[in-house]
Amino acid sequence: MNTSSHGADLVISGAVKTFVTPEKVQLNAVDNVSFTINHGEFFVMLGPSGCGKTTLLRSIAGLESLDAGSITLGSQRIDTLAPHQRPVNTVFQSYALFPHLTVAQNIAFGLEMERKSKAEVSSTVNEMLALVRLTELANRKPAQLSGGQQQRVALARALAKKPLVLLLDEPLAALDLKLRRGMQEELKRLQETTGITFVFVTHDQEEALSMGDRIAVFNSGKPVQIGTPEEIYEQPVNRFVADFIGESNFITTHVIDKGGKQMIQLAGGDAVALPHNVETVDGKVTIAIRPERISLNAAGPKLATGTITNIVYMGTDLRCTVQLQDGTDVAVRVPPPFGVDLQKVGATVSLSAETSSIRPMAPEGN
Amino acid sequence: MNSLLKSPRVKTPNPKRPGQIGFWGTIPALIIGLLFTVGPLAIIVIYSFLSRPYSGGGVDYKFTLEPYIGFLFQADFVGNVTFDPRYLQVFLDSLQQATVTTVVCFVLAFPLAIWMATRPEKVQNLLVLLVTIPFWTSLLVRTYAWMLILNDNGIVNTISKSLGLGSHELLYTPFASQIGLIYTFLPFMVLPIYSSLAGFDFRLAEAAYDLGARKMSVVRKVLLPIAVPGIISGILLVFMPAFGSYVQPVLLGGGKFLLIGNLIADQFGQSRNWPFGAALSVIILVMLMLALIIIAVYSRRSGRKVELAL
Repeated sequence: MNTSSHGADLVISGAVKTFVTPEKVQLNAVDNVSFTINHGEFFVMLGPSGCGKTTLLRSIAGLESLDAGSITLGSQRIDTLAPHQRPVNTVFQSYALFPHLTVAQNIAFGLEMERKSKAEVSSTVNEMLALVRLTELANRKPAQLSGGQQQRVALARALAKKPLVLLLDEPLAALDLKLRRGMQEELKRLQETTGITFVFVTHDQEEALSMGDRIAVFNSGKPVQIGTPEEIYEQPVNRFVADFIGESNFITTHVIDKGGKQMIQLAGGDAVALPHNVETVDGKVTIAIRPERISLNAAGPKLATGTITNIVYMGTDLRCTVQLQDGTDVAVRVPPPFGVDLQKVGATVSLSAETSSIRPMAPEGN
Repeated sequence: MNSLLKSPRVKTPNPKRPGQIGFWGTIPALIIGLLFTVGPLAIIVIYSFLSRPYSGGGVDYKFTLEPYIGFLFQADFVGNVTFDPRYLQVFLDSLQQATVTTVVCFVLAFPLAIWMATRPEKVQNLLVLLVTIPFWTSLLVRTYAWMLILNDNGIVNTISKSLGLGSHELLYTPFASQIGLIYTFLPFMVLPIYSSLAGFDFRLAEAAYDLGARKMSVVRKVLLPIAVPGIISGILLVFMPAFGSYVQPVLLGGGKFLLIGNLIADQFGQSRNWPFGAALSVIILVMLMLALIIIAVYSRRSGRKVELAL
């Protein structure tokens, strides 16, 4: 079953899963979703809770069945198979380790279900224990392990089956920050050494950016944008993505047409060309700018002028709130060295930004 | 240093942790326990080593092992002592009836307990309440109800007759006694198994499916091992009282078949042989204690708590 085959891409097409809420409302948890997860990539499904990412993951595992659409892995259609027939394994958010079995027995469970020979089971178990560095704890019960160790057992148990695709359902959510960083690196290492396709669900955008080869940002049952971390961060397609990934200032303003080229002019600023023309709503456009892409009192064309209303010292940078003359608040991150004159609330400053950092947003509902 | 020595002694706060009650609070329960549990037990053990007076009832304060010897051997008028398996047979019959009761209760209770534990929480509470309904009325009343169901003109026979299947003798048979025992002790099997599964994280079952297990393997490899403490506790709660049961063999079995429970009752009643009755009780006691010790050893070895509670 779990023979490794190259180019076993996971193709999801037209997937629909509908739930009926307690208020008797039909809710499309997965709303006509189609995309492809490439063989051997670290694919992250990111989104707020209730966006359908976990339901889709469970559908791939076979723990939920789709109402419409199909999932194929390589040439094999898997959404019609029972969970135990799919070359796919899951690391659960709660780890779901068997409390009555030792670490080694937990890892062996899936292999015993395949009726592998004793010798094969024990050699795979040892290999997995070494892979997740738990050889010394092989005879402990899950209750005697720390959260991070339990996590690694859950990983080893799923990887022991040598699946073509490993599904990870918010596996790091229960760990504290330091442990999570360590596990992120470990997961990345495991994915690179095993070459198995990882499908990783998270609601933590930082985790998604640091780990994913590609990220799918989900909202209300479907992916809004799929791309590399850089694409998602630098070129968010709409306001939801720009807001969910990192921080963004959203400013809605009139568009001035100058010889077919769209420009904007904010309060106290110069006319600035948009990087590309966009569809406008009532002659207005919303632009997104990252706080760290705005510089204060820099030379060159000004985007706007305003007054500093608040300064928060964050250690790595200063977080200033600048109120523009028309009352709009703009967040700005000032990197060190911090100019003394900047650190005063009430100071008047000019804001400027590279044209490429100004992202005009497509109208909502896109 | 000096100032430290001179500093006034800090009064250590009462080390009692909140929510703990001191030893003195347990005195009333201890007294009741000693008087009414340990006391009678001690009397039984002592009586079992005493002689039977000529008058029949009561005891003579003379040490003898006769009651225990009498369990297995019989002395005839001449004084020849021969092996007599009649009491042993009663013992084995009781053992059989208790074993059948326990096995049937387990077979019925395990799927029921799994089903209960998989219901939504509110439904679970209701189901537990339903299982405990029999406890609301006296066992005697419920046993009389069974007599009404099973007797010659009872519900079962009425239906059987109207279907043309004729009348069957159900009441006052070992079968009736067996049915009564299973009925009485079923809740004692359901509840501990249910409670060992109630906290069961059904994501474990999902994980097992995900790792390639089929439905039966999930039950065998995950649910069953996790329910083991509940199963053991259920077996004890059913087997122990079923072994020494009295009401069902007498009322439903018609007292025709001697079981250890009514044999003991007989010794203190008609037969007027108190030391022998006491000795029989001690034999049961020792057997059950052995079972408990084995379970305690298992519990310690496996590191899992087996609770004798519902």
